[in-house]
Amino acid sequence: MTRIAAAVVIVLVLAQASFAADIKPVRIVTPNNMIVLIVDQPSLPIVTVNVLVKAGAVHDPDALAGLAYMTAGMLDEGTKTRSAAQIAQQIEFIGGELATQGAQDFSTVTLRVLKKDVDLGLTILSDILMNPIFAEKDVARVRGELMGQLQGEKDEPGVIAIKAFDEIVFQGNPYRRAANGTEKTVPKITRNDLVQFHHTYYRPNRTIVAIVGDIREHEALDVVRKHFGKWTKKDGVPSTFSPAVPLQQPKLKLIDKDLTQANVILGHLGIDRKNPDFYAVSVMNYILGGGGFSSRLVNRIRDQKGLAYDVDSGFQANVMPGPFTVQLQTRNAAANQAIASVVEEMKRIRTEPVSDQELADAKAYLIGSFPLRLDTTGKLAALLTLVELHGLGLSYFEDYPKAIRAVRKEDVLRVAEQYLHPDVYALVVVAKQSEAKINPEMVLGKP
Amino acid sequence: MVRRRFVALIALSAALFAADLSEAAETGPRVQETVLQNGLKVLVVEEPKAPVITVQIWYKVGSRNEIMGRAGLSHMLEHMMFKGTKKYAKGEFSKIIKKNGGNDNAFTSQDYTAYFENLAADKLELALEMESDRLQGLLLDDNEFQLEREVVKEERRLRTEDNPQAYLVEQMFAQAFMEHPYHWPIIGWFNDLNAMTREDLKQHYERYYVPNNATLVIVGDVKNEAVVSLAKQYFERLPKGAPPTSPEIIDPVQRGERRVIVKRAAQLPFLYFGYKVPNFMSTDVHALAVLENVLSSGKSSRLYDTLVYRKKIALAVGASYSELSANPELYTFYAIVKPGAKIEEVEQSLLAEIERIKKEGPTDKEIQKAKNQVEAKHMFEQDSIFRQAMLLGTAETVGAGWQYIADYVKRLREVTKEDVKRVARRYFQEDTRTVGILIPVPPTAEATPVAGGTP
Repeated sequence: MTRIAAAVVIVLVLAQASFAADIKPVRIVTPNNMIVLIVDQPSLPIVTVNVLVKAGAVHDPDALAGLAYMTAGMLDEGTKTRSAAQIAQQIEFIGGELATQGAQDFSTVTLRVLKKDVDLGLTILSDILMNPIFAEKDVARVRGELMGQLQGEKDEPGVIAIKAFDEIVFQGNPYRRAANGTEKTVPKITRNDLVQFHHTYYRPNRTIVAIVGDIREHEALDVVRKHFGKWTKKDGVPSTFSPAVPLQQPKLKLIDKDLTQANVILGHLGIDRKNPDFYAVSVMNYILGGGGFSSRLVNRIRDQKGLAYDVDSGFQANVMPGPFTVQLQTRNAAANQAIASVVEEMKRIRTEPVSDQELADAKAYLIGSFPLRLDTTGKLAALLTLVELHGLGLSYFEDYPKAIRAVRKEDVLRVAEQYLHPDVYALVVVAKQSEAKINPEMVLGKP
Repeated sequence: MVRRRFVALIALSAALFAADLSEAAETGPRVQETVLQNGLKVLVVEEPKAPVITVQIWYKVGSRNEIMGRAGLSHMLEHMMFKGTKKYAKGEFSKIIKKNGGNDNAFTSQDYTAYFENLAADKLELALEMESDRLQGLLLDDNEFQLEREVVKEERRLRTEDNPQAYLVEQMFAQAFMEHPYHWPIIGWFNDLNAMTREDLKQHYERYYVPNNATLVIVGDVKNEAVVSLAKQYFERLPKGAPPTSPEIIDPVQRGERRVIVKRAAQLPFLYFGYKVPNFMSTDVHALAVLENVLSSGKSSRLYDTLVYRKKIALAVGASYSELSANPELYTFYAIVKPGAKIEEVEQSLLAEIERIKKEGPTDKEIQKAKNQVEAKHMFEQDSIFRQAMLLGTAETVGAGWQYIADYVKRLREVTKEDVKRVARRYFQEDTRTVGILIPVPPTAEATPVAGGTP
């Protein structure tokens, strides 16, 4: 029985609080400057590895938007010594799971294997990270798949809306571009672009590896050394970007599509993850629209009016300030009314203090549910890489509940005033416009 | 919340337990069963790796228990379960769970309705108290029902009406099943949602929400004795109900392929077809599971290799089968056609792969891979207490019994190449196939901006 479980027997409440605090990752910097985080959890004979490489869509040239996404997508499509089919065969024969994904700030590769297959899993994982070959015929095939994906997205009103929203809100900043590119840029991506991108950005000194599961610290270090030891670092890669230009006046974008529902996104620039107000913002957003059935937006728009199945708000705190968004879907004819309610709630939380009860409930949820965000090897490994990326420190698992606990009513009011802009926002509505009849007077704030 | 049929089928298919690799796997999830005096079954798995639990209560009622003209009643009732009891007002249930650091929700399928709370282990009593309260104390306020009906209609618009692929899936099932209630969608048709009354909900609730029609599943950092003692304290006061029985509906034998075509504005053609197959009652199900793995699990599977890698005519392709349904269901195949390719070619290629495995069967290596995958999956599932409880709840509720999962290991290992070939031949028959095809037509309104800028 582990130390954690033993504590539980004595005092449940304390044990719960100490569970997160008991997660003490080992952090090692390898000679080639890769960060390795290890959490030994021997309760099941499995190991999850989450690799984060700072090789995201933010690095794409404008004309080649989608390059980072396609590079990540092609890692497992063939290496110097393994064909795409061989990679799939080898990993799937042992029942392992291997997945790659390109995002804005970074790309990830995740691996899950049985303990007995750790060495083989890491052999393949390191091979696809270090030696992808981007063969011409596979580039052509994957490019075609990406083009198909982009075409298919036109059937997804939520995707149409968020892409239009990002273009408006992130003027002058790389986040304005969709990570998976456009139908104009993807055809221009060549094998050489992929090779160059990989050569520049896939480096150990840009990589964070989290290893969680039934593996001792020295075993983890041995496999890392064995498989990543020869990866050469490369310094001097520029990674500063111009900040987004905040909106000066509200912007409305209506997109017509034959739908029964209006898909609404309303929002503006938010905060980055290093912002010390992150915790107060988390509490504030929970009360506004992040807390599901406990939130004001769900209470008003779903429970009182029956206008939507789903409505929520959120701040995406990225390396650079990400978006604040409110998203909802409602029958076309109800769009004006629903949007007006959202704006009213944004205004209210900026002008009236939240109640003691709301504050206490929000904090209790955020603190109490923290262990639920760490209760599988996959969830923990993913969170570890982000803690490292944002420089939150190894004591994060102790610090998070403390930081939430410290948030006061005044803080909530202050961050609502500072980070919500109910007068100057972008509003995108994908709907059957002849039925939605969006009324600018009603849905746009008055500056 | 409703689980889309598509998602639910995929989630359950590959999820069953397989071989033992170590001590932990050998023992598997140690399920402890207790039946209370009123017939409520309690299943507990002690899993102390983190101080959290999942509490799930599974009712044996889903869209299969509805009658024509009231499709969606079970799912509507699921929504109403959050709308207040004599003790807890509307919305209070979720608010209390959340302020105790937990997450709660519910899902409805063809065969079951289930409610869950994921929370700290020391909140077990709270969850049990509140679940026992709404098992029989529901208000079913008519005003709340009128409002919630609109919410459910929004949910239908979101999930089905504005989603061409989901719309085709719904049409295909309506063709495949003629008399059996698998004919209609879990979320219901608009006309039925509009026709529903409070009285319908009340009857459904009184009939199916009785302790002897439910299973309580708890997995996490708890002790069985503590759970049973609390379960008795809160649930045993509830009287046993008349055992709900539904007339056994058997769909007439299908005599020839059926095809359903949907033409609507969409970007990509989509193919979705299914064969009638048995459920857990049949001894063929393990061979069918291996067959599914060989055909569609991963990039090294036959369908992906042929249609995506080599022929380059599909963006995605797969197959799905779950024997954990109360009545025989479908073994389904799907493919999203790559731009430039023809849907006819995609269908022919898929059918050719099916013919090939009927003729040749799988290779030794494919069989071994399938078994290895199911073994590993078994271990990965145990990483999540929620998934463990889901599996037990499903097996128990559809009538297979949670013990089914333990036996599955041995059975799957015994499957041979010949078995896989035999079941492919037996069930992949043209005459019991129903094919759905989505044909994109030009949109009446193209997705282009009609207005914008700053007024």
